[in-house]
Amino acid sequence: MAKTGNGNIVGVDVGGTFTDLVLLSPQGRVRLSKVPSTLDNQAFGVLSALNAVDADLQNVDLIVHGTTTTTNAVLERKLSKTGLITTRGFRDVLELGRRTRPQAYGMFGEFTPIIPRDLRLEVPERMLADGTVHTPLDAKAVQAAAKSLLAAGCESVVIHFLHAYANPAHEQAAAGLLADIWPNDYITCGHALLSESREYERGVTAAVNASVQPLLQRYVDRLASELADKGYAHDVLVMNGNGGMVSAGMVAREAAKTVMSGPASGVMAAAYTGARAGMRNLLTYDMGGTSTDVALIKNAQPAVSNEIEIEYAMPIHVPMVDVRTVGAGGGSIAHVNAAGLLEVGPESAGATPGPICYDKGGEVPTISDANLMLGRMALRAGSAESLMARVEAGMQTLADPLGISIQQAAEAVIRVANTHMAGAIRMVSVSLGVDPRDYALFAFGGAGPLHACALARELGVPQVLVPARPGITNALGCVVADLRHDYVRTVNRPMSAVIASDVHAVFAEQIALGEALVDKEKITLTGIRHLYSVDMQFIGQTHLLRVDLDSATPTVEELQTRFEQVYFDRFQVELDDIQANLVNVNTSVIGTRPPLDLSLLIDPAERRETVAAARTGTRKVMFDTQWHETPIYWRDRLPIDAEINGPAIIEQMDTTTVIEPNDTAKGDLEGNIIITIGAAL
Amino acid sequence: MTLDPITLGVIQAGLQQVCDEMDLSFSRAAFSPVIAEANDRSDGIYSATDGALIAQGAGGLPVFVGTMQYSTRVLIEMIAEGKVAPPQPDDIYIVNDPYLGGTHLMDVRFARPYYRNGKIFCWLSNTGHWPDTGGSVPGGFSASATSVEQEGLRLPPVRLFKQGVLDTEIYSIICSNIRVSDQRIGDVKAQAAALKVGEMRLNELLDRYGDDTVGDAIEELKRRASEQMRSYVAEIPDGEYFSKAYVDSDGVVDQPLVIDLKITKAGEELAFDFSNSSPPCIGPMNSVLATTLSSVYLAMRHIFPEVPISAGAFEPLNVIRPAGTFLDAQYPRPVSGCAAEVSQRIAEAVFAALVEVLPDRVTAAPAGTSGNFALGGYDPQRDRNFVMYQLSGGGYGGNARHDGLTNGCSTIGISKAPPVEIMEQMFPVLYHRYALRDGSGGAGMHRGGFGLDYELELLRGDAKASFVMDHGRVGPQGAKGGADGAVNEVEVQRGGEVHVPSHLSKEQDIALVPGDRVRVRTPGGGGYGDPAKRDPALVEEDVRLGRYSKAEAARLFGKG
Repeated sequence: MAKTGNGNIVGVDVGGTFTDLVLLSPQGRVRLSKVPSTLDNQAFGVLSALNAVDADLQNVDLIVHGTTTTTNAVLERKLSKTGLITTRGFRDVLELGRRTRPQAYGMFGEFTPIIPRDLRLEVPERMLADGTVHTPLDAKAVQAAAKSLLAAGCESVVIHFLHAYANPAHEQAAAGLLADIWPNDYITCGHALLSESREYERGVTAAVNASVQPLLQRYVDRLASELADKGYAHDVLVMNGNGGMVSAGMVAREAAKTVMSGPASGVMAAAYTGARAGMRNLLTYDMGGTSTDVALIKNAQPAVSNEIEIEYAMPIHVPMVDVRTVGAGGGSIAHVNAAGLLEVGPESAGATPGPICYDKGGEVPTISDANLMLGRMALRAGSAESLMARVEAGMQTLADPLGISIQQAAEAVIRVANTHMAGAIRMVSVSLGVDPRDYALFAFGGAGPLHACALARELGVPQVLVPARPGITNALGCVVADLRHDYVRTVNRPMSAVIASDVHAVFAEQIALGEALVDKEKITLTGIRHLYSVDMQFIGQTHLLRVDLDSATPTVEELQTRFEQVYFDRFQVELDDIQANLVNVNTSVIGTRPPLDLSLLIDPAERRETVAAARTGTRKVMFDTQWHETPIYWRDRLPIDAEINGPAIIEQMDTTTVIEPNDTAKGDLEGNIIITIGAAL
Repeated sequence: MTLDPITLGVIQAGLQQVCDEMDLSFSRAAFSPVIAEANDRSDGIYSATDGALIAQGAGGLPVFVGTMQYSTRVLIEMIAEGKVAPPQPDDIYIVNDPYLGGTHLMDVRFARPYYRNGKIFCWLSNTGHWPDTGGSVPGGFSASATSVEQEGLRLPPVRLFKQGVLDTEIYSIICSNIRVSDQRIGDVKAQAAALKVGEMRLNELLDRYGDDTVGDAIEELKRRASEQMRSYVAEIPDGEYFSKAYVDSDGVVDQPLVIDLKITKAGEELAFDFSNSSPPCIGPMNSVLATTLSSVYLAMRHIFPEVPISAGAFEPLNVIRPAGTFLDAQYPRPVSGCAAEVSQRIAEAVFAALVEVLPDRVTAAPAGTSGNFALGGYDPQRDRNFVMYQLSGGGYGGNARHDGLTNGCSTIGISKAPPVEIMEQMFPVLYHRYALRDGSGGAGMHRGGFGLDYELELLRGDAKASFVMDHGRVGPQGAKGGADGAVNEVEVQRGGEVHVPSHLSKEQDIALVPGDRVRVRTPGGGGYGDPAKRDPALVEEDVRLGRYSKAEAARLFGKG
């Protein structure tokens, strides 16, 4: 029998390789598990992760879930059969794209549209740019199109008409007609997810939504019923890409929003952890096996973008946490190019065969192998003795053409990889308009804390925050996330024609919509808060600048002054004579959840009194061409307020943290380690 | 002093980063959509002594890959000869003269001396495509100019910024000679600010590694880029490789221009000989030398994208100056077609010559035209004049690995096409069709990608349509037995009559009234390999998806 008010909370994130779970009990017990993901049916992995912590589902009040179901479906094109009904003359928009190629140089490359051409049907109808009707909707043609898509075996359907953002009447009428024909609810209108112009981006977003809807619905239904069988009596909540969560019953309606669910929850955990640690401006650095995700958190709010492209020519234009993926991961392969220079990546050994040191058949040297050679990482317990010799042999293939020793080669791999990652992080921060030196680095993922100090030094970042459980950050994000609904309204008007009360009315309407949705959710909230912003530009410009506002009732002068300030901060340019445009009005409605005590992520009973008692030994680690006899600590045993001067290595189940010479690490009361970066050697 | 390869790699990445940040800064702050959205700009670092390319942003428009090192070199020479005022710190020169290492007049270069300890260490330079620089047609792409004066305002190198301060006298002369000048100040500030960003970032790099070390690294990197290109060139068997590519016409005289290329490979070097190409032409399809060289370099970079953009990479590529041909135009030959069209024909000739010997590197010919359709007129509803551009892509070439991409960007560009919805918001036009052009991909074992088929109607007011396109006479070349892609086709429907431009792909100022329509069908890519060897399942799929009719498929592929 289900009890209420017990307060056991579960966050579970299904990643590409592992399913991570964190269970928090109200008595302060934390249980963690990490099991292999089961990508065919992710529910299986979720259940085994629950088993691994002996979760008693009858006593669990809340399960929040991050999933890659929709991401994988899109990337692998394993989609539900979906049809498109669109304006006559425009069925190929989804195939033509924006006239691009996959890379700046090289004429090779292919593209597969998300809906094949024979399932894209046209009907007579045409709206003009100002929202007036040019050609009325042909209802019979809509019905006929729907029937032929059904006959072709489509399970879901997209209605995507030109200029529907300006006047959705035709899309709404067509949806009404389909309601009588289509056997299910999988009908997506182009204007419904995001009402903005650009037919390709809006169309792809709607098409992605429709073609993952049935998959996501089936998955959450199955998960919910399996959890119910085991005694779970509440709603399952699913993480959205915007860093908020939504109940499983509602999530499929806007399924496209769950793309980037996993990376978004990691960033939410970072924002939450950082805010509690008093560090509200962060660059998150999540380094895994094949790639590294970077995001920006400003004043404890993750940067959100409406213009994410999840792969070449696959834009998803709904608000999502702006996570940028950069080239390198632990499995990135090092090689010497034809110019005799060392390159690292972009090729990766992936999870299989993986780095040589994984002992799964990998033969080419990777970043992980270089970390091992330099003592920054230890061989896994029980590894074959011959493994080190194979890693050295791999490194020899770099050392020979470079004319250096294998240790120097390994150091070079790390240095080149760090240079490139730092450059990529810099480009992300610059493109988001901030100087990385004003931020701290939040290091997580299996490999993030290995490189974080070196990267911070390279970037001029003064501090690094390593959370208590870097390897399960995404799962933690699930339990700290708030409920969240985002609204964007395009108004596109010169400031001279903006009337403050119209803007206030848009905000009021967005607030009402969001609060109504939050009300429908059944979980405990501590309050509701709102974020307001507008997107503006100078007339004649195409890029938008996000301007945050303090209230939903700004004056026109306020909008103008704020914009000019943001513009100057960003470009150091004043443009007195040119007028500004108000493009979008945005509101986020956030239902806040009760706070969590993060210090419990490491069992207090495990902690020792002194740093010395946490020490497990020493080993030789190379820093800047010199071997240093370096102490090794076990993270869980460190006193919560430990102070450690580099060089030092801190090991734990889910990662290894490298503290370089001249850096100093200090534990805080939340269980984090804050590393202050010293001078270079 | 010898540098270890690791420091070298780190400095290489650092120099690249400086350029990438200049690119990013320029685009984000620019006003003109041509720069902000289409990235029609480029930023780089050039040698203090001879302007040689040290590093250039990875996101720059490909056509600029080799131009700025020439304009910088010419500037350095003119300063030495006393023809241009010598620089002071914080000066910025402006220049758009095509014959001084440029492209067309719209590509405006800024150059800023970068000082260390009172001496010029290197030059920072960028190019931005301005929406207008005056001349007989808005936007500058004339189809019928016969001298450069008709194409716009020509600026020799002058210091637009003197010790950091904008020279408002020069600027007002510029503004009096160009259209829609009121928004240009935003672009000028963005272009100058990008160079300033470059200076700040370069300061950090030099402070960290030392001027001498970075200077040595630059020399060594140049040598290694040359070695890298040589090692790739060496894979090509020694011998002579021939190809031809055709420009439909010069826009004035209706006969094709021939690009006749002989590539001689010997050892680790390639020699490009264009000397049998057509003589200089009357109309604006001439190319200046810098653009001709840059076109060869950009084609080679499409073939070997791994080689960093650096003067060293160009060293083994010996382009024999094609004096007396339309590929080495002298003042006052009109040149507005060189960057957008002739450059792509030159690249096509390079691809066609090498596709046989480098099947893993080169595709059959891509559509290779910028497809410039300009509509200028008066919109009574808004009571204002307008100029609209629709630049289009086409199919890419089939290749040894796969079918060509559909609706790809021009070879020399990297920009996105504007959405139909945005075009209709801004201009008094209605698109009736924006579709894949059925049947346009050249047949082959791997067929070419498909072109675009669009048709639009003028809704109100009056307007004049102009076209500067290409591949109207001959389609993009197939390779290894593959068929050519479909030719570019333009139709103007005026009062029930169908008008086809006499030069097929080029004509200026065709008057339109409301209800008149323009239809453009862009080229498909060339096919690769014998069409009869195409997998029957793929032929069947193309027929099922309506890309070829059953009859067409049977004729082209012998099955289906």
